[in-house]
This record gives sequence, structure tokens and C-alpha cells, in this order.
Amino acid sequence: MSLDAAMPRATAPAILPGSGGLRGALSDLFWRKPRVLLLLMLLPPVLWLGIVYIGSLFALLAQSFFSIDEYSGLINRQFTLKTYGDLFQAANLDIILRTVTMAALVTLASAIVAFPIAYYAARYARGRWKALFYLGIMLPLWSSYLVKIYAWKLILAKEGILTWLFGKLHLQWLIDAWLSLPIVGGNSLSVSFTGTFIVFVYVWLPFMILPVQAALERVPGNLVEASSDLGASPGQTFRNVLFPLALPGIVAGSIFTFSLTLGDYIIPQIIGTSRLFIGQAVYSQQGTAGNIPLAAAFTVVPIVIMGFYLWGAKRMGAFDAL
Amino acid sequence: MTSAVSFQKVSRHFGSVRAVDAVDLDIVPGEFFAMLGPSGSGKTTCLRLIAGFEQPTSGSISIFGERAEGVPPYRRNVNTVFQDYALFPHLSVLDNVAYGLMVKGVGKPERQKAAEEALSLVRLPGYGARRPGQLSGGQRQRVALARALVNQPKVLLLDEPLGALDLKLRENMQEELKSLQKALGITFVFVTHDQGEALSMADRVAVFNDGKIMQIGTPEDIYQRPRTRFVADFVGSSNVLPPDFVERYSGQRRWGSLRPESIRVGRGAGGEGVAARLVSTNYLGATTKLALDADGLRLHAIVPAGTALPVEGEAVVLTFNREHLHLMDEPA
Repeated sequence: MSLDAAMPRATAPAILPGSGGLRGALSDLFWRKPRVLLLLMLLPPVLWLGIVYIGSLFALLAQSFFSIDEYSGLINRQFTLKTYGDLFQAANLDIILRTVTMAALVTLASAIVAFPIAYYAARYARGRWKALFYLGIMLPLWSSYLVKIYAWKLILAKEGILTWLFGKLHLQWLIDAWLSLPIVGGNSLSVSFTGTFIVFVYVWLPFMILPVQAALERVPGNLVEASSDLGASPGQTFRNVLFPLALPGIVAGSIFTFSLTLGDYIIPQIIGTSRLFIGQAVYSQQGTAGNIPLAAAFTVVPIVIMGFYLWGAKRMGAFDAL
Repeated sequence: MTSAVSFQKVSRHFGSVRAVDAVDLDIVPGEFFAMLGPSGSGKTTCLRLIAGFEQPTSGSISIFGERAEGVPPYRRNVNTVFQDYALFPHLSVLDNVAYGLMVKGVGKPERQKAAEEALSLVRLPGYGARRPGQLSGGQRQRVALARALVNQPKVLLLDEPLGALDLKLRENMQEELKSLQKALGITFVFVTHDQGEALSMADRVAVFNDGKIMQIGTPEDIYQRPRTRFVADFVGSSNVLPPDFVERYSGQRRWGSLRPESIRVGRGAGGEGVAARLVSTNYLGATTKLALDADGLRLHAIVPAGTALPVEGEAVVLTFNREHLHLMDEPA
């Protein structure tokens, strides 16, 4: 059969058909100048981020360089570092130290709890089990944050489920002994730092598991075999291969757990002692106390701490395996 | 003499799949042993059984006389060069090579010196400071080799190590590996699906199919005297001849094989020999491969370049020396 017969000449397409209307002309323009399309796509989000997001942040930060007149309670709009000086008062320093310690402990605990779960999901879970893993991690994120925290209050309360369970197991003395300790103890778990810590770890755990799992997923399985082949025991393989390669994921997760703990003011309000965390301090300073400059100075603290944290992580080579 | 590696009725099943099925194998110390077979034939699983990544479902494995079942990979003085090299991306080339010594607790100056020497051995001196990501495929291959050799293994396992390299580099590496093996005297166990590679490098070849070893022998044995149709076909694509055909020329009713280079192609019809028709020609540079049809039987012949060729469709007469017709063990 000849080609002519198979493809009749009458319907043969033109070699260079015209662009055909405005849409076609627009497509051609974007094809010739891809940067125009990129500009058009990026303009709205950049404007949003630049003006609404960063702009309001800077407006807040600018407030921290003002001070408050202690007699009239009015804001004195003159540049001063006095408000930052106020941060170093013993009471305020206490708040900062307490928050940073809590954030560090929550991050450490999240990493320790998250790693085996992430490892299982990345290495072993397949098909249905993997779906179940994602569901299990994401499901708590779909329900209201407040509902979860009040649920934990019921679990941790003196007449709560945990006390009941420990009582049934004849382990009540364990809770009592822990609560009699200084700092971490208290009248019940729901009004102690231990309770705050437990709820923080629970609420932020998914933000640690997901990046660690993503990092571990990218580690080829044969690296673990190669390490073993070269004589490394499972512990040595973990230290020398798995952990360094998972580190960018752990650091990414810790940015979430650390900064979210630094800024949260609801969890320590509902579950914890009467001692303040940074978030609560900001809340009360800009609200009841009306001291917006000090509130702004307090919000700068987590930003500076995170800056140092990232700088330190980079120096320690946390992002080398990226 | 104790074998370097010895398999006795070793099987490895994955569910209902018999990846390795009752394999017996003895690898002589210091030899270059190739495991050849198509993908899924069980050759890589055999290698992984030696390395310790897999445990046999049944049977026993010994390495230099010591029973190896249940011994984890990190307690075996056996090292592997992986198919895609498996270099640690977060370590420098030098730290990659020194890794085995590091986990054994060798001091830093000592292990770095040994790693430098190993890098010189694979002709990559001075590359220690680089990252694996900055190397070409051929260089990564050499680093993987150095990383294994620095541990002075009793047996070196190579899992299709040349598969990812281009042809020219592959040929160079084949020669280098061979001379390295001669110089070091280490037992090499080499897995490949490339029959040319197996024949040119190995002292002995085991041909795998469906989890079983079809034939073990020297490259010449395997190539000249295949025992089964599979071996004849897989190793060098020999012409497999049915019993009827073989009976006419040898008097014995057996499957036979005839190398394509043993067939002479004469022009014209009639005369002594097998009448056939030329189907197509395939120019290969030094030789030309002819596809022939001898009354329904598809045959291949290889003739040197420069031979006057018949045109496609032309009738030809095929002749061969009777001694080149090899009778196989496989029953008719």
C-alpha cells in the first residue's frame, strides 16, 4: 500500500500552521519567553509574602525598638534598646530559659520517638501498611488542636485515665514518686511541666516523623548492606551511615518542633503550671498589660534563637548530606 | 584443598519462588569464577548468600571450610562490589575507602595510609578529598573496588560491576580487573549476564538458569561443548540443531549445537551441503552475521568482513566440518 493511499493528500496538515487566535498567541509568547510566564505566576504570592506577611512582621519588630511610658502607659515612639534590656530582668530571663529548655527537651524526645516509626515506614512498610502509617500520622492533624489538648487534660488529670490505669496496674506509687520531684512534679500530671512536655511531644510529633521518614526514604537500601558488608555492626551502621544521612530530616523536623514549642501559648496555659512560657508572655504583654514593645521584643527571641540554631546546625554539617 | 566457597544443596526460596534451587558449587581458592545467566536466574541470590545478605532456606554454605549459615555479613571476611557501587554520599572518597578499617577500629593515620594505597592500586591516587558525587561512573567503580580491597578479603564478590559503564570503559576495566586479580591472588566471584565478559575474564564459568546451575566449566568448555540447549543458546548464541537434523550428519539422535562461525556459506543451489536461503545480513564491523533459513530451520552464520555475500533471498549451500558439530547431553 502506498503512503498516499494511507494518508490522503487533502487532509495533510500544514507544516507550520498559524498560531490561531489570542490564546495561541499567548501560548507562543510564553514558549518564546518562559520568564514572562514565571513572572506572572510568581507575582501574586510574592506580593502576598512581601507586603502582608513580611511587612506585618517588620511592623511588629519595629515596635520592639519603642518603649512604654511607665506612668501614662503610652507608647513612646522613639528608638531605644531599653525594651530589649527589660528582657534581661530576672523574671523575663526565667521565662526565656524555661521555654528554650522545654523546646530543646521536646525536640530531643520527638526525635527519639519519631526515628523508629519513620525508619519502619521508610524501610519496611509497603502498600496498605504505608497508607495506614500516613493515616495514623496525619489523622491527629485533622482534628482540632484545642480538642486534643482538652482530651489530654482529661487523660492526665488526677481522676483521669492515666491515674486509673496506673492504679489498676498497682503502679500508682510511680506517678506519686514522679510528682513529688521538684520542677517536673506538681499536684497532678495535668498541672505539671511533665504534662506540658507530654502534650507538646504528642502534638508536634507528626512534624518530626514526616521529614525524618522522607530523609530515610532517600537512603538507598544498599548503603546499609554495603556498611554491613564492610564489617560494621548494626550499631555502627546506624552511627556512621543511617544517622548522618537522616540528619537533614531530623534537623528539618526539629525546626518545626523547636520553633512551634517556642511560640505556643495554649498548651502551657491549659496543661501546666502557672509559670509563663514566651508565648504566654507575649499574649499577656500585648493584651492585659498593654505593653506592645515588650511583647514585640519577646517575639524576637524565638527568631534569634532559631537563627542561631540553624547557623549551628549548618556548621555541624547537618545539611551536608542534602 | 579446601574450597574458597562451597555450596551443598543450597536452596533459597522467596515464598513459592525458588530463586536458588539445590545448588552444588565449589570455588577454588585464587580463581576468577564467573556466574553467568539471564536476569532472575539466581546468580545474584547466590552472591548474596555468600556475602551473608541472604540466608539459605536449606543446604549448607562454607567459606574456606567454615560453616557460614547464620553468620551475619559483618562477621565474614568477604567483601562486595555492588552493582551501583553503593558509595556513602556523605563521606569523602578517602573515608569511603577507609570505612571498613574505621569500623574495625584501625587508627586514623594508619587507615588513611592504607586507603591511599588502595586508591593508587585502582589508579585513582589523589582523589581522596573528593565526594563520590563528583566522580564519573568509571571512577566510582574504582572507588568501590578500592573500598572492598582495602579490607584484604579472602573472597571478593562482584555484582555486575561493569554493567553501568559504556563499552570502551568496560573493556578497559575487564582487563584491569583480570590483572588485578592475578596480582593479588584473591578469589573473585563475578556475577554477569554478559557472556562475552564471563568468557573473557573467568577461569571457570557457572551458567545459571531458573535457580539451577546448568553447567560449570572453563570458558572453552562452556563455549565449545555446551551440555544443554539453554547453554548453547545463551553462551554465544550457538545454532541449536534438532535431533532429526543431527542424525543425518552424525548418525546419533541427539540435540546438537553448531557455532555460527563454523558454518561456511556457498553461493548457488545444489551440491554437497545443506540447502538454505539467505534471509537477512547484519553488518558487525569485523564480521557479518547472516540469518539463514534451511527448510524451516533458522540458522545463523558469521563470516569475516570482506567475504563476497549473496543477496537477500538468494539460495545458498551451507557446509561445515563434522567435528564442529557438537552433540549435547540433553536427551532428544
